[in-house]
Amino acid sequence: MIRVQREDFDPGAEIARLSAGHGDVGAVASFVGLVRGTGALTLEHYPGMTERQLAALEDQARRRWPLLDLTVVHRFGRLGAGERIVLVAVASAHRAAAFEACEFLIDWLKTRAPFWKLEEAPDGARWVEAKADDDRRAERWSSGGESGKN
Amino acid sequence: MKLLYFAWLRTRIGTGEEDLTPPPQVATVAQLVEWLKMRGPGYADAFANPALVRAAVNQDYAPFDAPVAATDEVAFFPPVTGGGVEGEGAP
Repeated sequence: MIRVQREDFDPGAEIARLSAGHGDVGAVASFVGLVRGTGALTLEHYPGMTERQLAALEDQARRRWPLLDLTVVHRFGRLGAGERIVLVAVASAHRAAAFEACEFLIDWLKTRAPFWKLEEAPDGARWVEAKADDDRRAERWSSGGESGKN
Repeated sequence: MKLLYFAWLRTRIGTGEEDLTPPPQVATVAQLVEWLKMRGPGYADAFANPALVRAAVNQDYAPFDAPVAATDEVAFFPPVTGGGVEGEGAP
């Protein structure tokens, strides 16, 4: 399931939902991204393309690993320091697929999902620049290995 | 053709969305960028450094040599910065 929304989400409830009623689920791996630091930031996104790109990522993850279910929730709008931005949670029979698919999804989400961050600081607001490191992390998954680790 | 601009492109151009009719010789994303730059200083500023601009045609990422048609939705934006945590070693 993919959700793009303004509202906050409850990671515990989302994880519980992934394993409820699924006798085959042996592992749920998850990631929560937060607004780091002391300032607020505003997330702008491209409605339509966001859902499309996230759905394509879900499709890739399901083809590549034996997944039973997954949830991605990404917020947009103005978020305060410490607030939750994104959740990736993956359910599988065993932990290797759950861990790897979860990392794959967040690594690729950071390079493919059309969001842009405007950071507030005492001296004004600035658009956060994409990081070369994000591209490198995402590209690790393309060399065909099971694990994205160097 | 529906044009969409995000983040600082939107700020420099002054709008996030517009409907335009480029001339028929505008057949690729790159040609569209060149045509847009001539519309005013905000556009020229937004597209001054193509290395900082990404494009999508009909909500799929497109290289600058991708074709564009009059009925397409074309968006321009900086490299994306979604997700939660800053990259390792970020200040």
